[in-house]
Amino acid sequence: MIAEQLRLVALDAPADFVYARSQMALSLGWHIIVASTGVAFPGMVVFAEWRGHAGDADMARLARTWARAIGVLFAVGAVSGTILSFEMGMLWPGLMSRFGEIYGYPFTLEGFAFFLEAIFVGIYLFGWDRLSPRAHMLCAVPIILSGIAGAFFVVAANAWMNTPTGFRLENGQVVGAQPVAAMFNPSTAAEVVHMLLAAWMVVGFSVASVYAVGMLRGRRDRYHRLGLLLPLTAAVIAAPVQIVVGDWIAGVVAEHQPVKLAALEAHYETSRGVALSIGGIYLDNELRYEISIPRGLSLLVDHDPNSEVIGLDSVPPDQRPPVNITHLAYDTMVGVGFALAALAAWTALAWWRRRDIPRTKWYLRAVALSGIAAVAALEAGWVATEVGRQPWIVYQVMLTSEAVSTAPGLRYGFYAVFLVYVVLTVMTVYVLRRLAGRHEARAPQEAEPSEPPRAEAAPR
Amino acid sequence: MIVDNAVLAVMFIGLTAYALFAGADFGAGVWDLLAGGTRRGRDQRDLIEHSLAPVWEANHVWLIFVLVVLWTGFPPAFAAIASTLYIPLTLAALGMIARGAAFAFRKTVPSLSVQRFFGAAFAFSSFVTPFFLGAVVGGVASGRVPPGIAKGDVVTSWINPTSALGGALAVGVCAYLAAVLLCGDAQREASAELADRFRTQALVTALVVGVIAAIGILVLRADSPRLFDGLLHRGLPLMVVSALAGLASILLLVRRRYGWARITGALAVTAVLWGWAAAQYPYILPPSMTITQAAAGHTTQTTMLVSLLIGSVLLLPALVFLYTLFQRAHNERTTV
Repeated sequence: MIAEQLRLVALDAPADFVYARSQMALSLGWHIIVASTGVAFPGMVVFAEWRGHAGDADMARLARTWARAIGVLFAVGAVSGTILSFEMGMLWPGLMSRFGEIYGYPFTLEGFAFFLEAIFVGIYLFGWDRLSPRAHMLCAVPIILSGIAGAFFVVAANAWMNTPTGFRLENGQVVGAQPVAAMFNPSTAAEVVHMLLAAWMVVGFSVASVYAVGMLRGRRDRYHRLGLLLPLTAAVIAAPVQIVVGDWIAGVVAEHQPVKLAALEAHYETSRGVALSIGGIYLDNELRYEISIPRGLSLLVDHDPNSEVIGLDSVPPDQRPPVNITHLAYDTMVGVGFALAALAAWTALAWWRRRDIPRTKWYLRAVALSGIAAVAALEAGWVATEVGRQPWIVYQVMLTSEAVSTAPGLRYGFYAVFLVYVVLTVMTVYVLRRLAGRHEARAPQEAEPSEPPRAEAAPR
Repeated sequence: MIVDNAVLAVMFIGLTAYALFAGADFGAGVWDLLAGGTRRGRDQRDLIEHSLAPVWEANHVWLIFVLVVLWTGFPPAFAAIASTLYIPLTLAALGMIARGAAFAFRKTVPSLSVQRFFGAAFAFSSFVTPFFLGAVVGGVASGRVPPGIAKGDVVTSWINPTSALGGALAVGVCAYLAAVLLCGDAQREASAELADRFRTQALVTALVVGVIAAIGILVLRADSPRLFDGLLHRGLPLMVVSALAGLASILLLVRRRYGWARITGALAVTAVLWGWAAAQYPYILPPSMTITQAAAGHTTQTTMLVSLLIGSVLLLPALVFLYTLFQRAHNERTTV
């Protein structure tokens, strides 16, 4: 009966449903990379600045270059974040109309966090030579705090879509909305910690990879070594912790969204002693060509090799997410996560034995790849959680097809946004490469070329 | 009920701040566009860039603030506006992206021709973005956005006389605010010649905005009689304040009192915005959805109000710090 209704709703979904989802995925997938730099990068920059003020000229140069990169990325993130807030209403008015008073609330707080971040990024960059070192570094504190707070608010809103709480439904109407309680729903803690660590990994490995490429090209001076080591240290600490947190969040998903977990693992039949499947292709309710670890999934989910794991067969077909995308994206994330943890272990081992990074070129090649790999894991993780929640936009409460706008012509918006993001990507990469290579390039928040600080006057 | 109005009022304060601060930034882009050839317009463009660089992001965030308060406090109204008016909103968003990206990138690219391209993108998008936002306001104010999802006409809701008026007024007002602001900045930098150029531009713009407003009276009477009626009754005092403040700012410009001209110019714009609000009160989507009908539940609204108050306590000192640091640097530059 319910299945029948759902099928009707799905058939009723507007023709441009796919375009709306693609546009949202593109905008979010793009913004999350830039947003990660806002969360994780400022801490590294202010650390380098601190060492710079203590007399380390290389650190001072790194801090200046990185601060400019933050300036560019923050400016780009401000606009890509704006289009996201428009899209909430332009593409998903059904969601906002019914649940805006709950789902929207964390975004109000994020508005303040972002505002503070924007103000202090402006002060930090504009005030580089205008404030005392102490006052200047203190200005980074609100940037770091509001970055973390902003990540909490946005991810809390996403967590609510997975485990909606803080309201009652009476005849389809939302009553007794408790926005604060909703913000602290069962998924929030694990999701937020997972995302914060992901941001540290993405920024740490990406920045380190820039200098690894430089070292592979023969620029093996202290400046490049520090540029590699400082961000990599952050990533090396985050990577193994992320594996533990990954287990935590998988447990939360298994408890509250068993069907999503089944899709992540491409697990069809509800049963005991379930094997863990890696890779493979899911066809006709069966996973083929996978690598299978007997009782692995039961062990991971319940820490008991004979426990029961709910499968996709527990719900009618039209309540199951697309399995292949979800499963493969999930495996990509986990696989890359383990590879990055191995790279972290390699680094730590070499450091412990010789106080140095491994000498082989293969190590630098691995670090050079780690940035792109970390970004791929970040994207794969978001694909897994978002596609794995389908067909629901609010888990078991509202279908994505009920939330989408019924306005005609949404596809043209997607085309336009797609083009804009292509240009934006090309330009951002180009400008960041220039910033990395030439130190006289300026960030958008700096008004005029100012006197170079003494530390920067050192020959390159 | 009172809480609903209070939350909406806070949103409207945010909207006013956006109109004044970001409006001046948009207007500066318009003057960038109209500054003339590369060499002739150079001084003007330099001053514009100098005035904008550290603050434009913070100014831009007011828009995000307005959006999040609207969608949390008045979800059905936000859904109706965003879905029916998605075309001008997409165009405005694309304009903002072009503008922000061009502004962010143009300093870091080496080649002059690419810089010029970004400069043009920045200036052009500064022109179109406020137009589309003004058109959105026109669509709402003239009652073309009914409650419900995409229930209004996605084309005529923003291509209509009132929207055209809203767009034209928005561009004109932005240009005026910017010109007045830049007069003061140029004067502080002891560039009397530049200050005079902006002064002329400000006076011409004032004239143009005045003409648009006069035509607007006829447009509104024909196209949006309900809004026209509201402006003449509940909104009348504010309209009078706006007209007087506008005239005062022109007189002050003529007498080169740029600091006071800024304040009266801002007052004129503020009065128009609140006059619009007063004219359509108690409706959020005239003529059918009232503020109370659109409002979120009681717990959400009180939570919002408390959050907005706490947030402001954090936000306002930071904003003051940004602007004072910036103005101090301005003054130092003058004394060097």
